[in-house]
Amino acid sequence: MSTLKSCCFAVFCTALVFSCEQASTADKTLVATALPEVVDFNFHIKPILSDRCFKCHGPDEATREAGLGLHTEAHAFAALGKAQDHYALVPGNPEQSTLIQRIYTDDPQEIMPPPESNLTLTEHEKALLRRWVEQGAEWKKHWAFLPPEMPEVPQAGAGWAQNEIDHFVYAKLQEKGLQPSSKAEKAKLIRRLSFDLRGLPPTLEEIDAFVEDDRPDAWARLVDTFLNSTAYAERMALDWMDIARYADTHGYQDDFERVMWPWRDWVIHAFKENMPYDQFVTWQLAGDLLPEPTLEQRIATGFNRNHKITAEGGVIDEEYRVEYVADRAQTLGTAFLGLTMECAKCHDHKYDPISQKDYFSLYGYFNTIPEKGFVGQLNQNFRYAPKPSVRITQKEIEGIVTFINNRDSLPYIDLMVMEEQEEPRKTYILNRGKYDQYGDEVQPAVPAQLPPIPEGAPNNRLGLAQWLFTPENPLTGRVTVNRLWQQLFGTGIVATPFDFGNQGALPTHPELLDFLAIKFREEGWDVKAMLRYMALSATYQQTAAASPELLEQDPENRWLARAPRLRLQAEMIRDQAFAVSGLLNEEVGGPSVKPYQPEGLWEETTGGGGGSTARYMVSEGPDRYRKSLYTFWKRTVPPPGMLIMDAPSRDLCSVKRQETNTPLQALLLLNDPQVLEASKALALQAWEQGGADAAERIAYMFRAVTSASPEEAELQLLLDYFEEERAAYTEKQEEAQSYLSVGAYTLPDTLPLADMAAYTLVANTIFNLDEAITRG
Amino acid sequence: MNPFEERSLQLNRRAFLSKTALGLGSAALGSLLGLRCFRANDKGIITESGQGIEGVLKALHHPAKAKRIIYLFQSGGPSQLELFDYKPLLEKRRGEDLPESVRQGQRLTGMTSGQDSFPLVGSQFGFQQHGQSGAWISDLLPYTSKIADELCIVKSMYTEAINHDPAITFFQTGSQQPGRPSIGSWLSYGLGSDNENLPAFTVLLSRGTGRPNGQPLYSRLWGNGFLHSLHQGVQFRAAKDPVLYLNDPAGLGRSGRRKMLDKLEALNSMHHEETQDPEIQSRIAQYEMAYRMQTSVPDVMSVEDEPDYIYQMYGPDAMTPGTYAANCLLARRLAEKGVRFIQLYHMGWDQHENLPTAIAKQAKDVDQASAALVMDLKQRGMLDDTLIIWGGEFGRTNYSQGTLTDTNYGRDHHPRCFTMWMAGGGIKPGIVYGDTDDFGYNITENPVHVHDFQATMLHLLGIDHEQLTYKYQGRRFRLTDVEGHVVKDLLA
Repeated sequence: MSTLKSCCFAVFCTALVFSCEQASTADKTLVATALPEVVDFNFHIKPILSDRCFKCHGPDEATREAGLGLHTEAHAFAALGKAQDHYALVPGNPEQSTLIQRIYTDDPQEIMPPPESNLTLTEHEKALLRRWVEQGAEWKKHWAFLPPEMPEVPQAGAGWAQNEIDHFVYAKLQEKGLQPSSKAEKAKLIRRLSFDLRGLPPTLEEIDAFVEDDRPDAWARLVDTFLNSTAYAERMALDWMDIARYADTHGYQDDFERVMWPWRDWVIHAFKENMPYDQFVTWQLAGDLLPEPTLEQRIATGFNRNHKITAEGGVIDEEYRVEYVADRAQTLGTAFLGLTMECAKCHDHKYDPISQKDYFSLYGYFNTIPEKGFVGQLNQNFRYAPKPSVRITQKEIEGIVTFINNRDSLPYIDLMVMEEQEEPRKTYILNRGKYDQYGDEVQPAVPAQLPPIPEGAPNNRLGLAQWLFTPENPLTGRVTVNRLWQQLFGTGIVATPFDFGNQGALPTHPELLDFLAIKFREEGWDVKAMLRYMALSATYQQTAAASPELLEQDPENRWLARAPRLRLQAEMIRDQAFAVSGLLNEEVGGPSVKPYQPEGLWEETTGGGGGSTARYMVSEGPDRYRKSLYTFWKRTVPPPGMLIMDAPSRDLCSVKRQETNTPLQALLLLNDPQVLEASKALALQAWEQGGADAAERIAYMFRAVTSASPEEAELQLLLDYFEEERAAYTEKQEEAQSYLSVGAYTLPDTLPLADMAAYTLVANTIFNLDEAITRG
Repeated sequence: MNPFEERSLQLNRRAFLSKTALGLGSAALGSLLGLRCFRANDKGIITESGQGIEGVLKALHHPAKAKRIIYLFQSGGPSQLELFDYKPLLEKRRGEDLPESVRQGQRLTGMTSGQDSFPLVGSQFGFQQHGQSGAWISDLLPYTSKIADELCIVKSMYTEAINHDPAITFFQTGSQQPGRPSIGSWLSYGLGSDNENLPAFTVLLSRGTGRPNGQPLYSRLWGNGFLHSLHQGVQFRAAKDPVLYLNDPAGLGRSGRRKMLDKLEALNSMHHEETQDPEIQSRIAQYEMAYRMQTSVPDVMSVEDEPDYIYQMYGPDAMTPGTYAANCLLARRLAEKGVRFIQLYHMGWDQHENLPTAIAKQAKDVDQASAALVMDLKQRGMLDDTLIIWGGEFGRTNYSQGTLTDTNYGRDHHPRCFTMWMAGGGIKPGIVYGDTDDFGYNITENPVHVHDFQATMLHLLGIDHEQLTYKYQGRRFRLTDVEGHVVKDLLA
């Protein structure tokens, strides 16, 4: 076993962490000591079977070897061989179980997994399998496919707990030998909450007011205030735009501009109104199928027209139409079911009980749209909306859909929406997923392993939406509360929000996940209420600081004995700079804008056919300082600062961003003219209202950006830096002048140059602090 | 020492340095390493106090022949029939309709599927045999012709995609639909970086003169997909900022930048004391890497000190930043610095109409500099461990798109056969591999699929294409998807 594997294995399987070198010598003891008392099929065995065995002994019949399947109970316990005389699994009898024999053998012809698979089992995994068979090889259905059951709330944590969440978390901490951390300082708490719910830092006034608010319900009041802000709706829309693969261009080849922002304005509106989540989703999936649909309901269906559309000369229409339908099926799988449906497009799913027939049956719901695959007209006018579309008139914008910010006051806007064609298109299984390789015809249906469409519901997109929100549906509730949890805790209770299947992570707190899923449903799918409930927990309010011991015991913070420290999302980093420096333009909605980006990025890749997306024309004036969710998203060349900070490309539905740490991020924060503009503006603000001397002004800037007052040593360091730079710039006024000339924002020329340049440098330094781009 | 042993040694040395250079107490060291190991498995990276990126492969799967790749991507689909695949029959039967027995009902693009006829047309330009291999090479490529015996010309490439976007994406990521990591990202992830001051994967773009407004490029072609963003391709541009946001602002000299970084480090370290978050140390390291890039990138891009004979080799265009020739020269300099994967894109090969005029210009753009790059590496002793690849995303039809006249014709996309060449890095020199029928329409011998090409390329780097995988959304992905065979005949 490599040191690498053994090390990870130590982190995963025991609360004790060994350093790399120690772990390899400790292997043998670990195998024995780390085995659980009772081996659980879902938590211990199936992840191994799925990851190492299903490829050849799994749901895909076409690749199943030796007639053995380990994906269902019936298959796994069936008699094997021509003589039907042996069994992979004999409960209670590992010696008679060929599975156990074959994983322990030294014979390279016999060993499982076979060497050519490049897969191996660790000693620990083998021991788990063996013990599970010893204990009777009890089989259970995949946890996520069983409907959530209301668990009993543990008693543990009384005195600390603020609500049920904390009892569940505390019980787990106890089990792991951990203690919750103390409550975070109020200034930290308000910063955390502000980013999590509003995507912006708190203002200094907000911090002061909260710190001084001694009322017992001060925290709950703060949560409510933030939830009721427009910034909350925008912050929620941000994640939803990743899920909906929103962009301002069609993607592919020439990547022409499109008009989908009215749909984005609707999303903000819906979050602002706290539309119940079931309604929010139903309108987007099937608003057009509701009885006498309103214009707003039809606009909502734009959700499923956010996919890419091609205008590349010469493509085959049907090939791309199939691609769009597949995109919708994949989005439904990722966003609402937490299943990798797309894996069953070309063949039966290798790991989950989803057949290719299931895939195309689900696909069938989205296959009846009167649409084209190849839309050549895109090159003519970016306002052209490929059919089906709806025309929204200026009168309607002024009357019934007032949430649309029609800045240009055009007489009308055409928007892509969903519609059913009169003669429904037949759906066939497409062999190998190829658009022209027809297999059997299928009827629209939900995956066979999940509960059926509710009785009385129509078998179309509307019925599909209703099915998502039935109490029997085991996935929608869990998947959604898991994402809300991720919003507040960085990582979901299931760390793979896109995969609740066999290959996904197991829930760290399965009972809590079920509790939340049921609560969410029973309280009417109320998103604000769920976020509020999570934010009020003691778990959420812990400090993020970790002792070295705790860091060793739980480096990934799976058990939540502290709050996570999270790097801010791309948009929040940029928005914070503008917010604290007073540059932020808080206008809501409307056509996307084009703030500064380095010259030439669109020009050097365009084929010349991109129309309005061939050249990047920087917006003028206050539009440069709009919130980042309004930045024009060209799919083939997305805004570079956003990509550098891990925003997804918006090619496909995405429910989790990477959180990386790279040199390009450093260069961006050091040298992006936008950060320098914000630094200047912040310097001016500090000069005018930050205090009487340099120390006060620097402390002001530090606090504005990080929400915390600098420690004495920090302040002294920055003050020395300021004095040195001011002295240097006093000698070199020209350099001060050129430093201050970067970016469109200019300072009044009446101010002392050297002072302003030095303050700006300090501000820029503060914007680059780890503390500035993190919420702890 | 063979490269296999050398790499193992290097890994050990690096591991040793990382452990000793941190200068931390043993307890802290243990926890830090514990975390590092965890992350290494989780994300496929180890950042060792900024000393470059270590690859996920602890050892190569077999000894490598090539250490790095320069991929000269000819974007748009160069016509094999005017460049490498000599078909005299097409001239003899010029104007005749493509026989159905040859086409066999194969898919055409929507651009020509509506044509009433498919008039055959041969090359307007002459072909001669060159070198000991006797390879037929077009008169359009006089410099390439001279190095015929360095080249492995593969005439039997084929792909599944018939349009640019899916076809380029397929070549660069192994999948027609966007979202997967590109070749360079896979290599950065697998092998890491040999230069702590430069990214392992760099990208250079140039615009051809053949069809200046041809088809576009997409930044996702050098995207990291689901791999860590440290593995993304970094574009080196002929612009004020050769790498995005590289330059310090005016009025802040290098010493000013250094000073700021020192202050930042001090402040971040204080904060680390308080929170113990190892990400902070990683951030400090990334800022140092950024600082080093601010020197190393301009250094590698300042070509002024190249001697005259080098410019004579690469041709006059090499004096103009942003041209293909200038990028070839830059590629050599990046290769010398140990950059793992250097990706060039030259746009403008999509010649649906006016092909004779366009391809003559386009070939001139690339001929001299491509050949110069091969010979320049050779004279530096670097050709042996540098693999050079030249080729586009598909080929072009043997019939004319649009009206065929005495002097003019066009060609549509053709995925069923096209030509690429490779040189150096363990590839067999001086051979022509595979063949096509007399119509230049179908492959008759030794077909090489895009995934085979990718598998072979990885093989030369010491990687088994089936074993360099990354588990994402429950599935182990690899560059070659679920196919690909190493083409052993191409190996030296």
